[in-house]
Amino acid sequence: MLILHCPYCGVSAEETEFAPGGEAHIKRFGPGASDEEFRDYLFARENPKGVHFERWRHAYGCGKWFHAARCTVTLEVFGTYPAQTTEPPQAIRDAISAKRPGWSWREFE
Amino acid sequence: MTRYSAFAVAREALSYHTGWGRAWRAPEPKKRYDVIIVGAGGHGLATAYYLGRNFGITNVAILEKGWLGGGNTGRNTTIIRSNYLQDSSSAIFEKARSLYEGLSQDLNYNVMFSPRGCLMLAQTQHEVRGYQRTAHANALQGVETEWIGPERVKELVPIINIDGPRYPVLGALWQARAGTARHDAVAWGYARACSDMGMDIIQNCEVTGIRRDGGKVVGVSTTRGEIDCDKLGLVVAGHSGVLARMAGFRLPIESVALQALVSEPVKPCIDVVVMANTVHGYMSQSDKGELVIGGGTDAFNNYSQRGSFHHIEHTMAALIETFPIISRLKMLRQWGGIVDMTGDRSPILSKTPVENIFINCGWGTGGFKAIPGSGWAFAELMAKGQSPLAEEFSLDRFTEGRFIDESVAAGVAH
Amino acid sequence: MSTRIAKQGRLIDRSRPVTFTFNGKPMKGFAGDTLASALLANDQVLVGRSFKYHRPRGIVASGAEEPNALVGLGVGARFEPNQRVTTTALFDGLCAVSQNHWPSLEFDIGAVNSALSRFLPAGFYYKTFIHPRAFWKYIYEPVIRQSAGLGKPPKEEDADRYEHFYAFADVLVIGGGVAGLMAAKTAAEAGARVLVLEQSRHWGGRTPVDGGEIDGMAAEDWIAAVVSSLKSMPNVTLRRRCMGAGVYDHGYALGYERLTDHRPGTEGPRHRLWRIRARQIITATGALERPLSFAGNDVPGVMLASAMRDYVVNYGVAPGQRVVVVTNNDDAYRTAITLKQAGVDVLRILDARPTGGGGLMEEARGLGLRVDCGRGVAKVSGGKRVAKLAICAQEGSGAALEEIACDAVAMSGGWSPVVHLWSHCGGKLDWDEAAAMFLPDVARPPVGADGAGFVQTAGAASGVLSLSEGLADATQAGRAAAKACGFKAKKGKLPEVTELGEMPIAPVWLMPASASDELRAKAWLDFQNDVKVSDVQLAAREGYESVEHTKRYTTLGMATDQGKLSNINGLAVLSEALGRAIPQVGTTTFRPPYTPISFGAMAGDARGALFQPVRHTPIQDWHGPHGAEFEPVGQWRRPYAYRRADESLDGAVMREVKNTRQAVGILDASTLGKILVKGPDAGRFLDMIYTNVMSSLAPGKCRYGLMCSENGFLIDDGVVARIDDQTFLCHTTTGGADHIHAHMEEWLQTEWWDWQVYTANVTEQFAQIAVVGPKARAVLERLGGMDVSKTALPFMTWADGSLAGIPVRVYRISFSGELSFEIGVKAGQGKALWDRLIAAGDEFAMMPYGTEALHIMRAEKGFIMIGDETDGTVIPQDLGLNWAISKKKEDFIGKRAQARSHMTDPTRWKLVGLETLDGSVLPDGAYAVAEGVNANGQRNTQGRVSSTYYSPTLGRGIAMGLVLHGPERMGEVLEFPGIDGKTYQARIVDPVVFDKEGEKQNV
Repeated sequence: MLILHCPYCGVSAEETEFAPGGEAHIKRFGPGASDEEFRDYLFARENPKGVHFERWRHAYGCGKWFHAARCTVTLEVFGTYPAQTTEPPQAIRDAISAKRPGWSWREFE
Repeated sequence: MTRYSAFAVAREALSYHTGWGRAWRAPEPKKRYDVIIVGAGGHGLATAYYLGRNFGITNVAILEKGWLGGGNTGRNTTIIRSNYLQDSSSAIFEKARSLYEGLSQDLNYNVMFSPRGCLMLAQTQHEVRGYQRTAHANALQGVETEWIGPERVKELVPIINIDGPRYPVLGALWQARAGTARHDAVAWGYARACSDMGMDIIQNCEVTGIRRDGGKVVGVSTTRGEIDCDKLGLVVAGHSGVLARMAGFRLPIESVALQALVSEPVKPCIDVVVMANTVHGYMSQSDKGELVIGGGTDAFNNYSQRGSFHHIEHTMAALIETFPIISRLKMLRQWGGIVDMTGDRSPILSKTPVENIFINCGWGTGGFKAIPGSGWAFAELMAKGQSPLAEEFSLDRFTEGRFIDESVAAGVAH
Repeated sequence: MSTRIAKQGRLIDRSRPVTFTFNGKPMKGFAGDTLASALLANDQVLVGRSFKYHRPRGIVASGAEEPNALVGLGVGARFEPNQRVTTTALFDGLCAVSQNHWPSLEFDIGAVNSALSRFLPAGFYYKTFIHPRAFWKYIYEPVIRQSAGLGKPPKEEDADRYEHFYAFADVLVIGGGVAGLMAAKTAAEAGARVLVLEQSRHWGGRTPVDGGEIDGMAAEDWIAAVVSSLKSMPNVTLRRRCMGAGVYDHGYALGYERLTDHRPGTEGPRHRLWRIRARQIITATGALERPLSFAGNDVPGVMLASAMRDYVVNYGVAPGQRVVVVTNNDDAYRTAITLKQAGVDVLRILDARPTGGGGLMEEARGLGLRVDCGRGVAKVSGGKRVAKLAICAQEGSGAALEEIACDAVAMSGGWSPVVHLWSHCGGKLDWDEAAAMFLPDVARPPVGADGAGFVQTAGAASGVLSLSEGLADATQAGRAAAKACGFKAKKGKLPEVTELGEMPIAPVWLMPASASDELRAKAWLDFQNDVKVSDVQLAAREGYESVEHTKRYTTLGMATDQGKLSNINGLAVLSEALGRAIPQVGTTTFRPPYTPISFGAMAGDARGALFQPVRHTPIQDWHGPHGAEFEPVGQWRRPYAYRRADESLDGAVMREVKNTRQAVGILDASTLGKILVKGPDAGRFLDMIYTNVMSSLAPGKCRYGLMCSENGFLIDDGVVARIDDQTFLCHTTTGGADHIHAHMEEWLQTEWWDWQVYTANVTEQFAQIAVVGPKARAVLERLGGMDVSKTALPFMTWADGSLAGIPVRVYRISFSGELSFEIGVKAGQGKALWDRLIAAGDEFAMMPYGTEALHIMRAEKGFIMIGDETDGTVIPQDLGLNWAISKKKEDFIGKRAQARSHMTDPTRWKLVGLETLDGSVLPDGAYAVAEGVNANGQRNTQGRVSSTYYSPTLGRGIAMGLVLHGPERMGEVLEFPGIDGKTYQARIVDPVVFDKEGEKQNV
């Protein structure tokens, strides 16, 4: 039973208020993309054991999508941030580095 | 190796059972094997077993980072059924079910396959149509199922409430030859048979790297040293993504928690497996008397083997609606497993981008029932390079858009 | 014999006698008794039968760890199996029956298993019952199932109700013993909001029984003073009869409060499940005493030393008259002393340690008790209760030195901290060799959302068994928890404690140390599941080396006590058998709940009418009284048809179709999804969401659209109305409203967040009523208020206006092929408009119709239905809907997916109509067969039925289906084998079988 902090309405709330939305920072490929690009966009997932970036929606609250940086093993939440970005903000990356030195996720570290 | 029988037990009783040998050997790893299977769960062990039995390949090591059978093989709700909608699913699950029927005799180890029958309740008009479609499909697939009405459901499960005010039971898909088995025994039985064929089961041996020569696998690095092989089979369920990354490719897999629970044991009160997908719950009774119960999965990535309790609450509410007498029974224990969910919720039995690495994963919430069929097909794929049972489950379906979607018929964990 | 004594009994009220029955036999006890103490007071030493061998079983413990004494409690709708007598409060009229025997507790046929136990070792069933194959299902398994199980299942629906309860605390303290109270006091005085849960009826835990002085007061008085001060603090909540059941991620915890178990049938819920969020959790859960593993340790009358002491001190019950005490630590001397002081003969104290114990031993000797050091029990004999005990040297193989006739044995194998709640959420353990116990490893606690530990242990749960150290530990835990919550604990003086020092324990995992095979086969580890020392050794020998393998192979610790008594002893035996140290063997995983909790409590209020919320349209209440038979559609309940008194449900559907086609029908379409999309980029956005172009739609016009997932599959359809330049109203299917709105928001917020678009799901803000049929216009005109003529309101347009004085928006759209008006109205006026329409429709023979008539009429027109023609695997191209897929647009959601090889495969099955040769109705979901079988031996197929109905309009069956090359094979006949045993022949036809030109809807 996670507790997550919604960066929009500023509340920390029960997992049951939120709906998970899978991996974050996935770049969309549309018409013109190769079969492989399109497949990876839709299906290939990091699924890491450790630091992960993922999407959540405050479904039973403000309705906004946001991102969380979370450890999939300990379930520690390093931070949450608005979804309107293509990469994790530096502050979040620093917060992870403080807890998990040497972490990396896709091209981010 | 001592052959198991009532006579053998009686004979050993005279010496207070001090004469029994090991069920499987505990060898040191050799330098090289023809085939290495990573993962000594049900699927990995079954693969090794059928490599030996069907193809005579016995220079095989099965590497396990923990203890054999310690993953989802020993954490599931033991349901075995093959009433799937799509041809490719029903083929492999029916192969598994039919192998389960003779598995105790094949392995000389009682896996307690109990063909007690499985009911999938239809509680909306939509489900009625869905299960009637499945029944039609099954008839052509050679899977014996039957669409039955609510009165017949009540006969099969006297404790069910078919007149639930919210979701009355409108009928059910009935597979009389479905059932349950003793999950640990499946792993142990295969392990014993593999060991008996001369295969090495190496426990507490974690794979830390996959060694390649160009585009081809040559061996693995492990916590117990480097081991060479010609072919490598990855059969590690929820940890498939981690192993795939070692080999240099990504998978359409996400690992999430699936929870289950058991009640305190009571005398027999339900003789069949019941699955109620609309309300999200399923239940059977073990030979020990515990009600074995499962429900939905968490939808976020999770390797903690713990789930969120609200799922359990919903499952119990659903099952009390369905079986009102169970309200005063008690939950003895709850647990979670890590299940590997693919993009279309169907498994992957496939070659990979690396030559001679094969992968068997993505069984999600339904792997136990498939173990013998999965092992059979994957062994064939590894030995011959192709297998009719495995063909549709290849990785390239995600590129081609050729999905195997079973949610058409059952949108719940199982 | 076991009997009530005149002395002691601090928890019972001798002035309030209580009567109860056990197996129908009337018995007497006192208020304050547990069922266990009352049974013992009535000399009921035999209380049950074990699981596997059906061995006689007596009460062995006094609390939640009791493995043996489980009964069926209550009758009828309040019957409950497997109730632990040690945690069951006695009440007047209590009715208990023992379990797992036939025909009676005293004479149980199943006990033949005990005589054969030598042939039934651990895992024997894996090696036997293999041949012949059919015997497992028909013979072996039924017998095993009947013989297994414990209590009988209830037969009736539960008469009680349950509830959930939310609570928030800075510090949750689980356990109301002295450590819990001390920790709570410390944290509360620092200012933290504290919740304390105690599973029993009493505060103070074991301390009042064990004795000692705190701050110059008797322990009991000190406890009363602390409880009283906690009660006076506004930031403290105390709850008794409320067990901390489980600790979950991020500080979530479950409490299980038993409200009326001690007074069944009274007002209010029976159990309450507390869903607690705590910033810090202190588990002050105490420790459990371990049995000793000697032959015959399961004979009724052999009891934990601490339990025997509890029965004397708390309940004034002496479980025996001539007692032998056997121990490997000092604590059991307290039992010997207590028994002696209560007037019980303590025949001997056997201390396995070569030099015995410390001050307590001296005190016992001072009372004239005989202590034999370096001695153990070779064997306890007796059938249904202890008769005699053979003494042996602990360091030997069990040669009897002496036999003593006795009627009870008190045993103590040391103490194990209750680390369950610490471990539930990932707290790790350390083995303390000297104390012979697993301790919480404070360096590896369960971690919360912030990555910091959120569980502390206090007192005996930390492995600190002495009173003074326990209180100090608890103070420290309270401080640390308060500090972690941002409070500063004041420096207080630790309580002063007077107690005797103790000598260290000597671990004894088998008694005697070199017990013979025969003795090991009678030395029980798991009393309920009948697992003996020899079973664990067998498992190790056969290679079931992991502690999980051993557990599962032998069933050690899998009984309803979940190994509270047996696990440590079992894994110590395993460790010896493997020659590996205990920490290398490890423990099995501790899983919630701490003790079993009722399913009812877990479900809470969600039963019957409250099982799931029901969504109501503004017109809902009209339907029922007018004959509606409902079907669940999502959370809605929609009328399937309105049945009249003299007709079948099917007949009603036929009538509704005919009447709508011939006269006029009315439908409550309020469940239809309505999503408002607004903003400068609304058109651009909808061009991405729909497969066709929406931006070109003129205000005032309507257009049918399709939505696909990014994976290409058709997910929803509906009519879009353009309200003004920047505003669209998108209709979705009933089931689609919520998830399509979420789908739109997801794309807007996470992909095109710079587009200026707002969406609102207004499904519930408006009722929608469809008036359908040749006389539909006449009905609307009768109400008056706006021009609904063909010229003013042509097909696929909408207009605002009023009808009968009610403001409405009327859409001329049709899902039936008839002249049709869908009238949107504010939800609050939906019922009023419906009533006016019903009244006005009277003269035109208007009738309401339900979902089935709706489905038939759309099928007659060849319109697809999401969920029938689609199932998550179908793309619009399969359904011949290419006309609704824009070729001009560069991009829309699903476009790239539909270009993949399997999606463009010409062999995809395509939509056609199907017409049976004999006019019968094709079975739902039937497949069209093709020649031969595939590589897996399955019959080849070439199509399937997606929708099938009897059409009252055409007087025959109609159907749609997806068929291989279907549209190119018009007129061909396919064969559909039905599960009813018949084979149906159907011709491929156009899916539109009624009014193909659309003349009826365009009038």
